[in-house]
Amino acid sequence: MRGGGALSCAAMKITEQEVRETAALARIALSDAEVAHMQRDLDAILTYMEKLAAIDVSGVEPMTHAVTTTMPLREDEVGPHLGAKEALAGAPRREEDFFAVPRIIVTDKGAG
Amino acid sequence: MEDWCWRGAADIARAVAAREVSALEVTRAHLARIAAIDGRLGAYLLVDEEGALAQAAAVDERVARGEPPGPLAGVPVGLKDLFVTRGLTTTAGSRILADWVPPYDGTAVARLRQAGAVILGKLNMDEFAMGSSNENSAFKPCRNPWDLARVPGGSSGGSAAAVTAGLCALALGTDTGGSIRQPAALSGCVGLKPTYGRVSRYGVVAFASSLDQVGPLGRTALDCALALEVIAGRDPLDATSIDLPVPRYRDATRAPVSIAGLRIGVPEEFFATGLDPEVGERVRAAIAQLEALGARVVNVSLPYSEHAIATYYLVATAEASSNLARYDGVRYGLRVPGRDLIDTYCKTRAAGFGDEVKRRIMLGTYALRAGYYDAYYLRAQKVRTLIKQDFDRAFTQCDAIATPTSPVPAFRIGERAADPLAMYLADIYTISCNLAGLPGLSVPCGFTREDLPVGLQLLGPPLGEATLLGLAAAYQGATDWHERRPPLA
Repeated sequence: MRGGGALSCAAMKITEQEVRETAALARIALSDAEVAHMQRDLDAILTYMEKLAAIDVSGVEPMTHAVTTTMPLREDEVGPHLGAKEALAGAPRREEDFFAVPRIIVTDKGAG
Repeated sequence: MEDWCWRGAADIARAVAAREVSALEVTRAHLARIAAIDGRLGAYLLVDEEGALAQAAAVDERVARGEPPGPLAGVPVGLKDLFVTRGLTTTAGSRILADWVPPYDGTAVARLRQAGAVILGKLNMDEFAMGSSNENSAFKPCRNPWDLARVPGGSSGGSAAAVTAGLCALALGTDTGGSIRQPAALSGCVGLKPTYGRVSRYGVVAFASSLDQVGPLGRTALDCALALEVIAGRDPLDATSIDLPVPRYRDATRAPVSIAGLRIGVPEEFFATGLDPEVGERVRAAIAQLEALGARVVNVSLPYSEHAIATYYLVATAEASSNLARYDGVRYGLRVPGRDLIDTYCKTRAAGFGDEVKRRIMLGTYALRAGYYDAYYLRAQKVRTLIKQDFDRAFTQCDAIATPTSPVPAFRIGERAADPLAMYLADIYTISCNLAGLPGLSVPCGFTREDLPVGLQLLGPPLGEATLLGLAAAYQGATDWHERRPPLA
């Protein structure tokens, strides 16, 4: 098993380290208490999911959508659309006609 | 006046067009009932009194000018707060969208407005439609109209409670794994989940895109048929919307409805362990009633349905983890500033999402991770094919399938909240319909000894909505469960 803190039992379907990695991928900050709780919940759910492993799916095509749709093409024309003012109306922060965000590139000297 | 709160949508539209009543009177009656009762029920997250009265006045003006006022003229409608509404706060039941005022209307909402409907407000729900009890609403609990200590079902709990309690004539909900049918069953109204693609999802906050579908809740099959006629059909803004003509569903529900010779499939797997005996009894009695009305009962088998929950919670959470990536605090919604952009994302999502939404995003992200994809997501998609093939086979032997909608009647608030897996198991009978993309309907079929409603679920082949509505209408024509009113003064 990879990772896993001292408290995570070897039988757990998901290790504490995996919970932390997944939270980072999902961009959700979790406290240590939340990590432990999440590990317990996900372990119970993944244990239940195990029953799928027993099904013979050899030769079965995966189903991605319930109906077969053909992707229709349309003319590339300008239709009704939101103006910049409306599109930006819900933005938590804006500058002129742009969405404003914190600095993206962080150097060793910190954001700045 | 109160009486108008118990008239059906079709009846109200007819009366408004015939000038027997004004849209304003009907709207005022509903607003008054909401003001009197909803403080205890919690069905509405937002009541748009001013907007509703303005829409009603506009309908009355059209009638006065002799213009056709539309098939839903003056019908008071509530919308699950997952429907994007121009100028009206749309929260999806989440703190992350608590203050979002959308700049546009979704297609179903625009079609309702065009048909003369009066939108009363936005209805309570589980956050991002994730839940089976409405307990995951970030704002307040919604209660069951028959017993305020119990859940109304979910995720469209506010929609079902409002319709059942006479706080709107019609509501829209969404159904990804049972979120229209299960609350309809637990609260006591009719709920229809149409075929995947039958109704446009443009302007509906996405949960799991291969499963989500919009549908109506009403007190009768006729009212649901009327609503479906208005909202169904091709929409260039939703590439998955089906490009086929919309039938006059109302014709399928008009008395006398003949269901003679229709074959009703009964799958033994849906009457096994875990089914509350009283629910089973009521549902079997309802099937016997359909038989008495001329339908023929045949046994069918859906052997892979026992794997539906595991399959669903992998497919749905994987899709949700991707769909909900858009809530990043940049373009709309909550932002919690962090030391850099990534930290801002993480803090925003930690503060904005509730526990169940985080759990599902985590599960979906995990199932899609390199190294786990084949074992979880891909395998689930293959089992989904097997579940679909079960139904394909069954529908060569029958025209519709009858089952319980929920294995249990409404449970107590808090009873299952601590155990996410126990909550997932509440969806056992509704989920396979979404995986297969089929239409499904729940119709009230009696009460338990504790006076809690029980729902009969009817499932049909793709585009079989008219058959389901016809069966439900025939059943309602022979029973009066839907005429009982919950004890809310």
